[in-house]
Amino acid sequence: MSTRGVSAPSDALASPPPGAAPPGYFDAASTEPLHPAAREVLLAAADEGWADPARLYGSARRARMLLDNAREIVAAVVGARPDEVTFTASGTQAIQLGMLGSVAARRRQGAGPRAVAVSAVEHSAVLQTAAHLARHESTTTAEVGVDRDGLVDAAEFAAAVDDDTVLACLQAANHEVGTVQPVDEVAARCADLGVPLLVDAAQAAGRLPLPQGWSVLTASAHKWGGPAGVGVLAIRRDVRWRSPLPDDERGGGRVPGFENVPGALAAAAALRARWEEADAVADRQRELVDHIRARIPELLDDVDVVGHPTLRLPHLVTFSCLYLDGEALVSELDRAGFAISSGSSCTSSTLRPSHVLAAMGALTHGNVRVSLTRDATRADVDRFLAAVVEVVTRLRAGLEAL
Amino acid sequence: MTDPALVLDCRGMRCPLPIIELARHIGDVEVGAAVTVLADDPAAASDVPAWCRMRSHEYVGADGDAYTVRRLH
Repeated sequence: MSTRGVSAPSDALASPPPGAAPPGYFDAASTEPLHPAAREVLLAAADEGWADPARLYGSARRARMLLDNAREIVAAVVGARPDEVTFTASGTQAIQLGMLGSVAARRRQGAGPRAVAVSAVEHSAVLQTAAHLARHESTTTAEVGVDRDGLVDAAEFAAAVDDDTVLACLQAANHEVGTVQPVDEVAARCADLGVPLLVDAAQAAGRLPLPQGWSVLTASAHKWGGPAGVGVLAIRRDVRWRSPLPDDERGGGRVPGFENVPGALAAAAALRARWEEADAVADRQRELVDHIRARIPELLDDVDVVGHPTLRLPHLVTFSCLYLDGEALVSELDRAGFAISSGSSCTSSTLRPSHVLAAMGALTHGNVRVSLTRDATRADVDRFLAAVVEVVTRLRAGLEAL
Repeated sequence: MTDPALVLDCRGMRCPLPIIELARHIGDVEVGAAVTVLADDPAAASDVPAWCRMRSHEYVGADGDAYTVRRLH
């Protein structure tokens, strides 16, 4: 077996300790390093949970027990019963299976309710799956807009849900601007009409108490410090769902293929640890994010700080700088030692601006999304603010008169 | 729609260049007059109105790739 390109971590000076991100890593909303609590568990579960959990001998029963344990832990944090939780290969796969299976259960041979209601600021996995359903299942998509803060109006979303709605999808919190959505208010309307509600909790899980009115809930472990390759699909027992894929008895008939037991257990360990420290981490992060939100407009002219000022994720803040190219900001901040992401069109493979920023009427160029890891400090943030001022001022050279 | 006093042809430019052009030339027209920016970068649909909001000018509206702005100050 070749392991070329894979080396032991010999460069100890350049590498942060296990479980810690480098100090300028401000892209937690894309992914976080493995939580320290998950690290040991992942190794131990790889040794103990390798056998086939569907078999009946000792090592298999051990793997099954570890998988059930992982399911119980995740269920407790997201507010589900253990038998409602299945692990997928990713958050995106959870969204795809959740949406396709919910629609498959309610539509037969092109009959039945046909509208999929979504907010305009859902993750692209939700919007792409809605587009796929429109192409292949003749559904229509009812897109509900947002206000300048990226907030869905619960009454407006409720009005878009009616007897012809086959599925409604509303995120717990937005992945680009951090705004927390009024899921429980929308859920009440969906419940009245018997419409299933899928809640994408990828950014909120492990950080905030989750809304409970969902029919289907999806999440992604690497966003909370679990390993990549583990998503969560939770489907309430009384919700109709039919697999859109060929029959497979794995994953409770919901998710195909051999279960990733070590990954699931490490994901659960990270989520539990994350949840236990959630209040303390959120308090710290809120203070840092409030500091960034207050300082950026004081330090720089012509910036648009976007996202709801109070109904928001604790760790994420987004702003756009007039006249600047998002790609230049990303690469200059990278050179200064900071990892951030951008919703500007020049940073996307499609060269289209972020649909979230566009739906909000926010400035799409010069966009910077900062998302803090659990161990980000005030000193990191202050260094970042100084770097932003330096980079923005330099990139705007010659444009001062505008 | 309002007849513009100035048309800026920014087709083929990527954002933020059309917005920079708009900012450079808004002062070329009288207060109360309009500037139309022709821009085929999809980001212009968001960024022209956002610029108006941030710089306190009036966004008149869009007609295809033509975005019209009225100078307010």
